[in-house]
Amino acid sequence: MSVVAVDGVWKFYGDYAALRDVRLEAAAGSCLALIGRNGAGKTTLLRTIAGFSRPGRGQVRIFGQEPRQAEARRRMGFIGHGIAVYDELSALENLVLFARLYGLADPRRAALEWLERTGLERVRNGLVREFSRGMRQRLAVARAFLHEPSVLILDEPFTALDDRAIAVLQRLLREALASGKTILMSTHQLREALDLASHVALLNRGQVAFQGAATPEMVSDPGYVYARYGEA
Amino acid sequence: MRFFHQVYVIAAKDLRAELRTKEAINAALAFALVILLMFSFAFDPQEETTREISGGLLWIVFAFAGTLVLNRSFAREQPNDCLDALIAAPIPPAALYLGKVAANFLLVLAVEMVSLPVFGIFYNVRWTAQFPELMLVVALGTWALTVIGTFFSALTVNIRLREVMLPMLTYPILVPALMGAMLLTSGLVMGKPIGPESAVWLRLLIGFDAIFTAVSVLLVETVLVG
Repeated sequence: MSVVAVDGVWKFYGDYAALRDVRLEAAAGSCLALIGRNGAGKTTLLRTIAGFSRPGRGQVRIFGQEPRQAEARRRMGFIGHGIAVYDELSALENLVLFARLYGLADPRRAALEWLERTGLERVRNGLVREFSRGMRQRLAVARAFLHEPSVLILDEPFTALDDRAIAVLQRLLREALASGKTILMSTHQLREALDLASHVALLNRGQVAFQGAATPEMVSDPGYVYARYGEA
Repeated sequence: MRFFHQVYVIAAKDLRAELRTKEAINAALAFALVILLMFSFAFDPQEETTREISGGLLWIVFAFAGTLVLNRSFAREQPNDCLDALIAAPIPPAALYLGKVAANFLLVLAVEMVSLPVFGIFYNVRWTAQFPELMLVVALGTWALTVIGTFFSALTVNIRLREVMLPMLTYPILVPALMGAMLLTSGLVMGKPIGPESAVWLRLLIGFDAIFTAVSVLLVETVLVG
């Protein structure tokens, strides 16, 4: 069974179709890199998969469930364009908050563990508004991984990360893949993405122009997919 | 039980964030006190007619000051796209909404509790004469304001003119509850207990709160997710 199944999804903004009959699947333990030019519909697709907005037509299933169902959301981790943590709260308070919302048995222990794994344990009581950009990004990564999700949905996760945050994220993503978790990520950083991806999908004007396994040609030349399945 | 814990977690988060920044509560408190002072210049506190309309004046102040708190409710989630993280969490949208309503209710109530003694001094009324009944009316009126205001705060969060749109949407719907709260408060601050004639307004307030809480809870997922 596919962990993530997108079946004939259309998404409209007024008359404009941002997604057109999108069909995608991701199996357990796979990493699907979603690529495409700006405005191709990558963010819209990931937000629809994550349940932030409903498709106009078609359906999305996460472990066979509609994404708005609590069980599907419990098994999903999301990193979007924003860091999605509160500036007025400390790093520890932020993670304890989300651990409670995800119903973890020991929220404080989970929060402390992830602060340590992301190298933020020394600043755990510092307010997020006082953090550097890199520290905020690592906290965002900790927030997304905190509840040990089975599916990670990442919207341009490497964009604007500093070197340390990229290293932390890549290590965590490798560990996630090794433990059978599924990753969907949109990206413009093709080298970082193809380093991890088992599959690639190219979106062009809201449609899937290519979908298949990542090949050695793609890894050696990240522009290959665009050149081979180019955009009109 | 788990639902109420989720409501508590959201409310505690909002209260903690607000008490750290004091953005909304300081503005609402300052606004309420200034308006009470200005109204006291406009109306002679010794006149009987002023006492008769004092409930109305008080609730106008509460409604305007409350809007300043309510405007921040979902706007607080915008920096860093925090609303996405809340929507992604496995909690019912109703728990998210009611947590925010509870936090707003306590913040608006705090502004009101500071305003009431000031109101008593400026308008020369014995607002403690029917204290338990007045507190009941204040609580019911404030719940009506926060239930409607929080709902429209969610609806207008992505609108550029949300500070203008929120009161424009909230006040017309709030009219029946405000009328009830104004009439009941005017009587209570003049020392008249709630009798058979005014009890109809109390029942209206209770009914308004129950109906709009239920309707908002049912509609909030559509507002947040579409």
